Amino acid sequence: MNHKLKGGSLTLREIKYKLALNIRTAKKHLNEEVTGGYSSDLLSDVMANAKKGNIWITIQSHPNIVAVASLLELSAIIVTGGKKIEKETLSRAEREDITIFDTTESTFNIVGKLYKMGVIGG
Amino acid sequence: MEEKKVTKAQELVYELRIRDAMTKEVITIKPDHIIKDLRIMLKENRISGVPVVDRELMVGIISIEDLIKALAKNEMDAKVHEKMTKNVITLYEDEPIINAVKKFNKYDFGRFPILNREGKLVGILTQKDIIKGILRRIELDYHTNELQKYKNVDIFKDIVTEHTNIIVRRYVAGNDFIHGGEAAEEIKRSLAGLGIKPPIVRRAAIATYEAEMNLIIHADGGEMIANINKKRIKIEANDNGPGIPDIEKALKGGFSTAPDWVKELGFGAGLGFINIRNCADEINLESEVGEGTKLKIIINL
Repeated sequence: MNHKLKGGSLTLREIKYKLALNIRTAKKHLNEEVTGGYSSDLLSDVMANAKKGNIWITIQSHPNIVAVASLLELSAIIVTGGKKIEKETLSRAEREDITIFDTTESTFNIVGKLYKMGVIGG
Repeated sequence: MEEKKVTKAQELVYELRIRDAMTKEVITIKPDHIIKDLRIMLKENRISGVPVVDRELMVGIISIEDLIKALAKNEMDAKVHEKMTKNVITLYEDEPIINAVKKFNKYDFGRFPILNREGKLVGILTQKDIIKGILRRIELDYHTNELQKYKNVDIFKDIVTEHTNIIVRRYVAGNDFIHGGEAAEEIKRSLAGLGIKPPIVRRAAIATYEAEMNLIIHADGGEMIANINKKRIKIEANDNGPGIPDIEKALKGGFSTAPDWVKELGFGAGLGFINIRNCADEINLESEVGEGTKLKIIINL
């Protein structure tokens, strides 16, 4: 059974702090609450399954991740694995007002930590 | 029994904090000034009372009433610290305004100095300030509501006739991954702007995105057209690309003809047509090898 933590949902600020993420774009949304999380590196899979307000964890860092996040109204993207994010991705994210975090940690670890914090998928 | 009502103003008195209404530029006076100076200060600044501050610490408060008392006793040359009130009633900036209202009711003062939690004087609050603060917030809420109401205009109910179609046309360049998704974003914005409900906008956005990415990855570009009327949204993706040899197989999805380097970017998972089918009410795919492909997606309103 999936249950969401209502009234106890995590904000981007808490996630950023607890996972020691670097914020790269659209820094004004840190009070936003996440509705859950999704992890996938296949864009069509994200388009099919991620929900509005989810935080998306991926190693993909090219500009199209911004389109996906914008179309699905995701709360933020965490780019993992220490990948250098393309300049075009960052400028597009600022234009579309999409928050991108990056981290050197792996997707596996980040997802595990988020899950422990109560950020659930589905 | 009549339903009890709470007015917006009453609601705001509980919701707004003192810092939202207080005057932040506080005029202060030193304790060793004489009362005569106070008269000019009050008159020029059109205020009724002033905190007395000695080396950054508030030590008292002196008001027009104190001035009048001194005048009556002919003591206009007295020092401020002799006539000021030392036990100052204060409030904290983070308290809700209702606390200030209660204090105004309890005491007969015209103003309260406002402190931050470190004890520093950060503002001053009069009853006029409370009214101004509430009015400002009501005005702001009204302005925001007006904008939202404007955006929620349902064009098809309010403006358009039975036979009107709104067409959004967009050219998509092949292999242009940098701009991939932008046509979908534009069409999504247009749909939202037309007042179409969010769940439908989302379905249209996903279907358009997949169609657009097909043009970019497989077809070397093409044209996206969104055609909207009262009954449905029709999205067309047309190209002069290589065409699809086995349409049935393509529609079933689960495989991809995308090159490896494209797959590494996360595209070509073979889910494109599946996503489109899940979002659309009807789809129509025509393709001729060597000629091109025409995809029609219909979402009913």
